[in-house]
Amino acid sequence: MKKFFRIFSLVILFSGFLLNIQAAEKIEYLKTDWSFKGLFGKFDRAALQRGYQVYTEVCSSCHSMKYLSYRNLAEKGGPEFSIDQAKAIAASFEVKDGPNADGDMFTRPGRLSDKFVMPYDNVQAAQAANGGAYPPDMSVLVKARGGGVDYIYSLLQGYEDPPAGITLDDGVYYNKYMYGNKIKMANQLSDGLVEYSDGTIATVEQMSKDVTTFLMWSAEPHLESRHQMGFKAIVYLIILTILVYFSMKRIWSRIETEV
Amino acid sequence: MSDHEYTPKSKFGKWFNDRLPLLTLANHLTDYPTPKNLNYWWTFGGILTFCLITQIVTGLVLAMHYIAHADMAFDSVEHIMRDVNYGWLIRYIHANGASMFFLAVYIHIFRSLFYGSYKAPREIIWIIGIIIYLLMMAAAFLGYVLPWGQMSFWGATVITNLFSAIPLVGEGIVTWLWGGYSVDNPTLTRFFTLHYLIPFLILGLVVLHIWALHVPGNNNPVGIDVKKPSKDTVPFHPYIVIKDGFALLMFMIVFAFFVFYTPNILGHADNYIEANPLVTPAHIVPEWYLLPFYAILRSVPDKLLGVVAMLSAILILAALPWLDTSKIRSAVFRPLYKQFYWILVADVLILGYVGAMPAEGLYLLVARVATAYYFLHFLVILPVLGWKEKTLPIPLSITEPILGGSPNLATAKNKESLNN
Amino acid sequence: MAEKETKRRDFLFTATYAVGAVGAAAVVWPMIDQMNPDASVKALASTEVDVSALNPGKTITVLWRGKPVFIRRRTQSEIAEARSVKLEELKHPEKDEDRAKNPEWLVMLGVCTHLGCVPLDQKGEYNGWFCPCHGSHYDISGRIRKGPAPTNMEIPKYEFVNANTIKIG
Repeated sequence: MKKFFRIFSLVILFSGFLLNIQAAEKIEYLKTDWSFKGLFGKFDRAALQRGYQVYTEVCSSCHSMKYLSYRNLAEKGGPEFSIDQAKAIAASFEVKDGPNADGDMFTRPGRLSDKFVMPYDNVQAAQAANGGAYPPDMSVLVKARGGGVDYIYSLLQGYEDPPAGITLDDGVYYNKYMYGNKIKMANQLSDGLVEYSDGTIATVEQMSKDVTTFLMWSAEPHLESRHQMGFKAIVYLIILTILVYFSMKRIWSRIETEV
Repeated sequence: MSDHEYTPKSKFGKWFNDRLPLLTLANHLTDYPTPKNLNYWWTFGGILTFCLITQIVTGLVLAMHYIAHADMAFDSVEHIMRDVNYGWLIRYIHANGASMFFLAVYIHIFRSLFYGSYKAPREIIWIIGIIIYLLMMAAAFLGYVLPWGQMSFWGATVITNLFSAIPLVGEGIVTWLWGGYSVDNPTLTRFFTLHYLIPFLILGLVVLHIWALHVPGNNNPVGIDVKKPSKDTVPFHPYIVIKDGFALLMFMIVFAFFVFYTPNILGHADNYIEANPLVTPAHIVPEWYLLPFYAILRSVPDKLLGVVAMLSAILILAALPWLDTSKIRSAVFRPLYKQFYWILVADVLILGYVGAMPAEGLYLLVARVATAYYFLHFLVILPVLGWKEKTLPIPLSITEPILGGSPNLATAKNKESLNN
Repeated sequence: MAEKETKRRDFLFTATYAVGAVGAAAVVWPMIDQMNPDASVKALASTEVDVSALNPGKTITVLWRGKPVFIRRRTQSEIAEARSVKLEELKHPEKDEDRAKNPEWLVMLGVCTHLGCVPLDQKGEYNGWFCPCHGSHYDISGRIRKGPAPTNMEIPKYEFVNANTIKIG
């Protein structure tokens, strides 16, 4: 059994080592302490609510969030706005509905069950309005980028003047964390851009962190229950493993063989 | 099968069993004499059965919510992740379950390689196992296409294009596989159908795999034939059941850790971007379990020969019982083979590593050397070793080395490694 | 000594079985619950209907939670007929006053309580609805009068948002 574990862990370590080399090739991102990492990681509610504000006031004019509904804003494990707040948020958007009895489309105030209103009707319209570059949907953006939250957080703060020798076309910007360093989104954040209702000072760093937290939640809305359930499941499995181990010892003691 | 006739105790049991001998089967399975010296490497058969059942059950559930249509597949997966009750849990179990399945199957295969379990009289078990492994790869590939992300789409494009290497009919076959002129909706729906079918084929083959196993009985770390039932065997229940259960639980802890804490680490970020036929991702990499074969494919500069090399790398395993000419099964008594075995393990890991790297410069060179060695191992080293190797004396029974009563020094020395 | 040994073994095995069974049950639940209505279905709880164009003596059918809802604007004679029925005559006694708070408007689930078919409007022996599947007759208040259906047609939760709009659910 000892040898079994020795070999098993060696192989696992070696594979992990291989994975690590792969990861090591990537760029060093800016680091910050994310509340949702770790065995008991949870979202910071206030950060999620602020992040939603940044998304709505800054990002949403170009980036859609097509898998989110207004009801999600009031759900457990999310920003946890009250139901009334979420209803008010939904109602502040004009939602296209229909056709009505006359066959016409019409607009009405949003309801909780509506999806987040999209800034453009389709991908082509989005491209046309943004110099040919489609602003990606942000619902699962964090999971769709190799560096995850650290990448997004860094990218938002990674705008710089291009180093000498690099010329940029019109509508292209230099960002030291972007793949290839050329990005078609201009720097959006500046200190004091939004006014947080909870009095937090809206520095670029603060807004980047808040909106990235919000994006992490939108990509992984069940993260909190996943962590909670995971802890319980693993503790349970360990207890059962111990019980089975002793039962096994007991059973095998009937014959003279080591297990 | 079982050595003794089984008669149910109750009258009804006897009546039923005379018509359908299910009770005889159950009795055979519980009493099945198993060598008592099986170590933990032998528990992966049970673990694999668990993996298969888990994939089938979670897969059935996912199929209730998934929509196999190019326009809706990605959305339906997000629907599962967000809205379906416990949908995220079931999908993460299924996605990581595929990786766990392959982890277990590789251990299972390498156990067989170490202890010579593929040798006579177990060639059929081994060949069925290779077919199961091929079907697993097919199922995994087809399943990876279903979320219809960027990796799904481009993985499907690249893999189906392998068939275009076939002379004359290649292009026609690819078009036929696609049901169009590119990977598109018809491709997705047929992939879904086949992905649904294959696990049940695997299940059937698993029954045959176990059936074929129960004819000669298990191999064991000593690799000698065991008289059964005898002092060298224990009944499957409860001895092996509880031991398999213990190993399975430890496996499940690792599994749970992936599902609950790093559910996406084995996947690729690009697969969370919806499929786009106009843009190919910067790095196309298959899932980790296919990387060694991917490395072999890329190490050959010719399109057709690359595909042939990749397929041969798997199919060569089917000829293994005849390529390995040694009469001794277990590597424990084959000092030279043991060395080459570990070199092969390292070789496959290296192939996996370079498979994940860009095919250029040093990586390409390493891939070529490792590919060449892979074939060298099976085609040259194994047959030659069988004739040349001076093996250690093997014990007469399992009980002998375990009790350490052997007059033979070498056997006594091996006691430690047998007992692990 | 031997007896003590047996007891301890029994306890160990029983505990192992019990803990294992709890885990198995916990695993089964998500597999069952996934078939219950999901979060997006539950969220679609209400539908708003504009009834300004509906004339007395007419019925419209709207879809709510995947089922038809009948909205009938009843005439004065229909209201009088519905309210005159004696409770003793009814298989499932309910006052029309309880079923239609605003007597002019009858809002009910258009689903026969027998086996779920949709009854036909202004058919049957009671000038109400008639279910073609197995012949249940409903009156102008949607109450079962004859046939195999056990209860009256169900009244969903609804309210008048304003004079012209009914919100169901």
